Amino acid sequence: MSPGALLPLAAVLSALGPGIVIAFLPETRHGLRTVLNLAGALLQVGVVTLLVAEAARGNAYTVRIPFVVGTEILLQTDPLALLLAGLSAALWLLTTIYAIGYLEGSPHRSRFFSFFSLCVSATLGLALAGNLFTFFVFYELLTLATYPLVVHRGTDESVRAGRVYLGYTLAGGLALLVGMAWLTQIAGPVEFEPGGVLTEGAADPATLAVIFALLVGGMGVKAGLVPLHGWLPVAMIAPAPVSALLHAVAVVKAGAFGIVRVVDEVYGIALVTSLGLATPLALLATVTILYGSLRALAQDYLKRRLAYSTISQVAYITLGVALGGATATMGGLMHLVHQGIMKITLFFCAGALAETLGVHRISEMAGVGRRMPGTMAAFTVGALGMIGAPPTAGFITKWYLGLGGLGVEKPWVVGVLALSGLLNAAYFLPVLYVAWFKPPEREWPASGRRLEAHWMLLAPPLVTAVLALLLGLLASTPFSALQWARLISFREVAP
Amino acid sequence: MVALPMLPLAVALLVFVFPELRRWAAVAGTAGIAAALAAAGGEVATEGARRYAIGGWPAPPGIALLADPLSVLLLGLTTVVSGAATFYALGYWAGHRDPDGRPDPRERAFWPLWWMLWAGLNALFLAGDAFNAYVALEVLSLAAVALVAVAGDAGALRAALRYLLVSLAGSLAYLAGVALLYAEHGLLDLASLAEAVEPGPEAVGALAVITAGLLMKTALFPLHFWLPGAHSRAPGPVSAVLSGLVVKAGFFLLLRYWFWVYGGWEVATGTALIGSLGAVAVLWGSVQALAALRLKLLVAYSTVAQLGYLFLAFALISEPGVAGNLGQEGALYLALSHGLAKGGAFLMAGTCLWAAGNDRLEGIGDTLRQLPVSTAAFALAGISLIGLPPTGGFVGKWLLLRAMAESEAWVWLAVIAAGTFLATGYIFRVLVPVFQAGTEPPPLERTPPRIMEVSALLLAVAAVGMGFLAPVFEPLMLGLQGPSP
Repeated sequence: MSPGALLPLAAVLSALGPGIVIAFLPETRHGLRTVLNLAGALLQVGVVTLLVAEAARGNAYTVRIPFVVGTEILLQTDPLALLLAGLSAALWLLTTIYAIGYLEGSPHRSRFFSFFSLCVSATLGLALAGNLFTFFVFYELLTLATYPLVVHRGTDESVRAGRVYLGYTLAGGLALLVGMAWLTQIAGPVEFEPGGVLTEGAADPATLAVIFALLVGGMGVKAGLVPLHGWLPVAMIAPAPVSALLHAVAVVKAGAFGIVRVVDEVYGIALVTSLGLATPLALLATVTILYGSLRALAQDYLKRRLAYSTISQVAYITLGVALGGATATMGGLMHLVHQGIMKITLFFCAGALAETLGVHRISEMAGVGRRMPGTMAAFTVGALGMIGAPPTAGFITKWYLGLGGLGVEKPWVVGVLALSGLLNAAYFLPVLYVAWFKPPEREWPASGRRLEAHWMLLAPPLVTAVLALLLGLLASTPFSALQWARLISFREVAP
Repeated sequence: MVALPMLPLAVALLVFVFPELRRWAAVAGTAGIAAALAAAGGEVATEGARRYAIGGWPAPPGIALLADPLSVLLLGLTTVVSGAATFYALGYWAGHRDPDGRPDPRERAFWPLWWMLWAGLNALFLAGDAFNAYVALEVLSLAAVALVAVAGDAGALRAALRYLLVSLAGSLAYLAGVALLYAEHGLLDLASLAEAVEPGPEAVGALAVITAGLLMKTALFPLHFWLPGAHSRAPGPVSAVLSGLVVKAGFFLLLRYWFWVYGGWEVATGTALIGSLGAVAVLWGSVQALAALRLKLLVAYSTVAQLGYLFLAFALISEPGVAGNLGQEGALYLALSHGLAKGGAFLMAGTCLWAAGNDRLEGIGDTLRQLPVSTAAFALAGISLIGLPPTGGFVGKWLLLRAMAESEAWVWLAVIAAGTFLATGYIFRVLVPVFQAGTEPPPLERTPPRIMEVSALLLAVAAVGMGFLAPVFEPLMLGLQGPSP
């Protein structure tokens, strides 16, 4: 094993190590736990940054560990892998700071932070997975690591949510496992290759289509594709940092990322199209986009509205990939990053409102902008990004998706984007109006702080809000998600 | 090689005469068996399967021992699980003292039987001929029944009696089958039988009777009715060994007969029937585990379900080509992983019962929140039992799924999927209450010694570790065909 091969391992283990140590720490060792968490997160950011810099120069590292009969654990640092790895590493650091502030003084923090770290390791592992088998292993680990976070509060409602969550995600995992076993018997162990590895002659089209349905169905559960999305609105009962991580980075992204891998790197968009599966997948994504938005309109509970918004927004990624063509693929991949940063901002803000003022419902938010201007400013940026208003990152995504749709002669995509933009506006603008322009209806609890909230609850959303703006403003500079997505999409889909 | 069955037998005699030497015997006995296994395993690894005739008498009438890769795998499993359970038992009985500090009289009966059981297991996994296998099976079964009865309460005695009757019936059926073979060929040596057995009604009849007897001992649905009572009522360390190892003994002999003695035969019809019973067992055992009210009963029903997987795999082994090989590796992988995981789960369940005075699932969260190491042990063992990565249980299941995809056995694939789902249900029945915020739980009746919790954790970690050790075990997993005479 070359020294370079240690880098992908280090990226995965930088979160796992602290997680295991924290599991054995007594509840009272707050200082040490915080140091371990932040050290792991910083180390991970460092390693992933290094890998991204190397990948930009065209260097990729691989690690192969033999596992069982013709399958191996394979980690590799291709550009697509680093898209998700970079997002997770950066947002994990921010979420860790946020979580430390959010959970101050609550019980079971050792348990929480140890599963929290495990969850990030699993995300990194599935980001760097170089074959379907490795992806599956980390995909299931992610399920196990997130369950204790979802039920963390231990109320009856959390436990019920946990049951729903586990049922859905394990069913998805099973579909994926069966599809993968079948595919392995047809085509041998499948490694991800830009452009896909399967050919038309691998098996009869019906078999290939069924396997595709199993794989995408398995991924679709975590990605929240309708009708497999049922767990998502329920699971938002989890503490805010968990929701932020689940909705922006870990779980839904794992699903969406898996769909990208299967469509572009296992089957290849050309085969998916010739099997007649691309258009149904694009339509499914479209239905999800509109359904999620419509359901979001009807929610008064802020986090639930955000959850339905996630269902809708994550489907953009699937839509972009299913449309095919370099431009649409690029739009979808960009949104993997853009949606993550914008959505995490919104959840950070929702958590700060709940933690500082006890505000959970939109109807309670009247005048909250005056009491917490920084938080609401960040929320506003995130919300405008979701609507797709220029110059936010969300606008860039929609622009390229629209162009891509026209490019593959599916002009209806533009209509879908416009309609969903309108719906997004319909469910986000009222929130902004209530928060900024309505007079407060009640006395806010006294804070006793110089700042509007604990600094650990305020700084992360401000940082991500600025990032969401910068990703839009500086989209054409070489460091943006757009440029990275362009690099990937040209590997995946011939322009 | 001869030390493997003889050493535990000697220790059994020793602790019978000098009960106060039990601690010393536990350390020396376990270490000695491990060393003997390492030596035998080394020989098998370098020179292939080894035969050994005790006292130089060739079989028959002498006693022939046979060690091949399959034996070594199961002996290894026995050493690890029995070893962990032995140290667990030291802690377990230390807590059962009367107010004056005198040891529990039941402990006196326990240790000799315990070592007898271990001797029986080792002898069975080394059995090279049909009659020795019978003797080992009988020693094993009688020790096991007596160990269930050691618990001493009415429930345990009833379960032990039922176990005894089923066990005797099973042994008799097996012996009848062996007698049929002997009458036909005048041979008892398995390798010679493998060459001599001719297709015909006598041979099929013998196999049918042998199989019926062994299926009773292995508790395949619908012959499993005795298992939940016996395994859940037995003392803590005994449950672990019964579920982890003793039921595997019958399975091991079934593999020997079906795929070695009758190896070249067209057995697909018979295995398909056994596989179907396995499929029912998976579903029935899981559903019963979901309905169980006591932790140890839940774990026992889980064994009924997990044995079902082994027999599904059993049916796949008779498939030709790739599917057969995958099925074979899957079967052995599941057998080993289940032994470790179930051993860990039962030791942990025993700790809960020992510490809280009962193992009712109602209120189990209060007990578990005070036993974090045990909770971790159950969680890890449970993940392997469900078959989630990266555990040994997952590797076994993955191999089976591939074999089923290869032979297009979609119905069985659906059974595995359903079984996985149900297993998640019964494992999480135990784990979910841990997360439930409750009032301050009542303190435990007794704080368990560290050795009990750690032994359970070690076995659970080993079950997870099996997931990473596949490349090490793979070379040992092919070739159920024993050596020629």
